[in-house]
Amino acid sequence: MNTTEPTRLTPKQYKSDIKPVWCKGCGDFSVIAAITRGLSQLQLPRENVAFVSGIGCSSRIPAYSAVYGFHGVHGRALPIATGLKLARPELTVLVAGGDGDGFSIGGNHFMHSCRRNVDLTYVVMDNSVYGMTKGQASPTTASDWTGSKLTPEGPGMPPFRPLEIALSAGANFISRATANDPNGMAEQIVEAIRHPGFSLVHVLCPCVTYRPEQQELFKARAHADWQSTTERAEAMHRLADDDGYTTGILYQGDRPAFMPPPEPRATLEQIETEFRI
Amino acid sequence: MDSTSISIALSGSGGTGVMTAGSLLLDVAARAGYYGLMTRTLGPQIRGGEAAALMRLGVAEVTGPDDTYHVLLALDWGNIERFAAEIPLNAESIVISDPAHGPVPEVIASTGARLVEIPLGALAATVANGRPNMVALGVLTALLGLNLEHTTAVVAAELADRDDETLAASLGAVQAGFSAADPCVCPVTLAPPARAAGTPRWALSGNEATGAGALRGGVRFVAAYPITPATDILEYLAVHLPRLGGALVQAEDELASINMILGSSFGGTPSLTATSGPGLALMTESIGLGIAAEVPVVICNVMRGGPSTGIPTKSEQSDLNIAIHGVHGDAPHVVTAPTSISDCVFTTQWSVHLAECLQVPVITLSDQAMGQARTVIDAPAIVPLNGQRKLATTTVEHYERYEVTADGISPMALPGTPGLEYTADGLEHSPRGTPSTQAAHHQEQLDKRQRKLLQFDYGPFWADIAGDGDIAILTWGSVTGAAMEAAERLRKGGVAVKVIAMRLLSPALPDRLADALVGVDRVLVVEQSHSQQFLHYLRGHFALPARTRTHARPGPVSIRPAEIMAAVDDLFQEA
Ligand SMILES: Cc1ncc(C[n+]2csc(CCOP(=O)(O)OP(=O)(O)O)c2C)c(N)n1
Ligand code: SF4
Repeated sequence: MNTTEPTRLTPKQYKSDIKPVWCKGCGDFSVIAAITRGLSQLQLPRENVAFVSGIGCSSRIPAYSAVYGFHGVHGRALPIATGLKLARPELTVLVAGGDGDGFSIGGNHFMHSCRRNVDLTYVVMDNSVYGMTKGQASPTTASDWTGSKLTPEGPGMPPFRPLEIALSAGANFISRATANDPNGMAEQIVEAIRHPGFSLVHVLCPCVTYRPEQQELFKARAHADWQSTTERAEAMHRLADDDGYTTGILYQGDRPAFMPPPEPRATLEQIETEFRI
Repeated sequence: MDSTSISIALSGSGGTGVMTAGSLLLDVAARAGYYGLMTRTLGPQIRGGEAAALMRLGVAEVTGPDDTYHVLLALDWGNIERFAAEIPLNAESIVISDPAHGPVPEVIASTGARLVEIPLGALAATVANGRPNMVALGVLTALLGLNLEHTTAVVAAELADRDDETLAASLGAVQAGFSAADPCVCPVTLAPPARAAGTPRWALSGNEATGAGALRGGVRFVAAYPITPATDILEYLAVHLPRLGGALVQAEDELASINMILGSSFGGTPSLTATSGPGLALMTESIGLGIAAEVPVVICNVMRGGPSTGIPTKSEQSDLNIAIHGVHGDAPHVVTAPTSISDCVFTTQWSVHLAECLQVPVITLSDQAMGQARTVIDAPAIVPLNGQRKLATTTVEHYERYEVTADGISPMALPGTPGLEYTADGLEHSPRGTPSTQAAHHQEQLDKRQRKLLQFDYGPFWADIAGDGDIAILTWGSVTGAAMEAAERLRKGGVAVKVIAMRLLSPALPDRLADALVGVDRVLVVEQSHSQQFLHYLRGHFALPARTRTHARPGPVSIRPAEIMAAVDDLFQEA
């Protein structure tokens, strides 16, 4: 029990004492930094935040924060978060994972979470590779990337465009950040948490081990050109021209969030009486 | 001859209204104080095709099918050959058919049943907008000696929200059938009902009973994906959960539904999903997550014929293997099964109780024969079982979510509790929840998860046991009704038979069964699966007498008391 009102919680106080397993230089470090910074900015009580993930290097992130967490199975973080938020609407629920977790095995949940619009904040660490299973192509990998032994000729499919899919499926808040700019990312996370309904923060997040070229590439290419729009058509238009490296908040819609359960209005006894003959 | 039960099959093509007529007849009998059971049999198609309402009315609760049908009333003969096997008839039976639909098909004629022709269609045509199924209801009212006023009242209640002409048409057709029933004489007459005064009675389906049990257990969050024959559980809960402040979400698939309930339960809300075989197969990975992360959830699996899409509309007990063994790794969890429709209420409530007390997923195995049957029963007694989770509520320096305790149950902190923040994990973990690959952590967590199930006191609920004798029938699930009836008849014939119907299928409690088998030297295992799944499970975990035999066969034809009696008889004859 907190008997005295705590002083301001610093970002560090949202970090756990568990040492990350990530490779030195992995972009995921800057994502946990941005998230803890965002939580500190919002001064959310630790116990009222829950952080859900699937499986992958990036999905290890909940354990490194000092809030409640659920590290589930591969691809299923969004449904876990959905159930939690609907059962406990007063909690702030964050979801994190990789591009493989979210767009491949969890692709169906991604689309339907955008549609359902439960008040969740989904941070995807996109490194265009499966880090944890040692470097296979992911849905966002370029079709001619020959760096994986599983697809020596390249995946041969155009990369998945998560923001276009999210917008088409009905996501209400869409933004992109890079791991090189944790401050910008923290700002987006703060706005995403504040936004009612489903929000997607897409993070260009280098895997220094299996895509070492990404670190420099993201730095060189990223350009902060998006100012938030509330017009879907405008957002769609921008995405059509997007080179994949534009950052900022793209779109903020006003679709109402999926509702929590209503107040009880009957008793069990009344309900059972209806079976009587 | 006065009988304690009478069995009637109403058949016809889909759309002829046999299910409506059957369920109205059940209500009419209920008004007269009788009990009853109506099972639906449908072809693989969802609409159209063949359909039959298989009814058994009784002076007391009816928990299973009889050996043969006394009456088959055929509205037409559409595809009767496809399901004639489910409607056994003999020379005592009568078949009522409309001559306009042609001669009695050979599969029915060959049973030797007596034919009575009633022009159902022509009688219906004497009333504006009259329908043959309502004529059939009138015929059956007269044939069974039921009260026409009851039928009128039941039809009026059914059509309360329709216009006067529709009601007049239905009542006219019922009257026409009632008057035309004279030429049939029923092979048996039903004895007066044996109702205990004052006990309220319920009319409901097995799936509704499961829904009611879930509500009694305290379930307030459900996520699921529709699948036959489990969907009616969801339809019931979708209406009633919000009235209790709970919620039902239609998920995008079963992978989502099981994970949604893991999330809601992690948040502290007792949660449930319902599915059938294919859905259970999709859920197994995440059931393992619930086991490792120690999150209570209930999965109601309403079994149908498998594998694959199998026979979605008909019953079988062949998901036992996947329910017990389907999850990868060493994955102790609970598997339960209701022993009757009425028991769907208790077993579901108990399953929620066990899940909450033990922080573990519980799979409960109902089946189509129970789930989609409609029954009239005495209102199930209220049982005070509402498992409370062992919660962690006070701040400690290093909270251990997966603390290794003597009873194996570790106090669980709910989000919102200050100072106890932790991460639930499906990865193997230390007591604090930190991912760990250490042998010692794995060993102690596996031990702990198994120990909590084995040390729990399941009370007398692990099985329903009836009778005594040196022969025992060992069974489970919806086959229990037929087994109990077989034993009862054998007892009347002077053969003492004990029935043990297991409600707790897993974890295995060999000592409990050993106690129940004291004095038993011959066992007949009865189940509705092709590969004898129950027998093999028992053999792996329990000590059975050397003289253990099996009566196992697949669905969808119901296992009947006479075949169980014959199997017991064989066992009895053995040297
Ligand atoms: C059902 C299932 N299939 C496969 C795996 C193996 N697996 C673990 S992580 C992973 C991919 C992770 O990639 P991504 O989500 O992009 O995360 P990253 O490791 O790159 O952060 C895979 C395929 C698994 N854990 N579960
Ligand atoms: S493999 Fe790649 S994604 Fe995984 S921790 Fe290392 S750098 Fe990060």
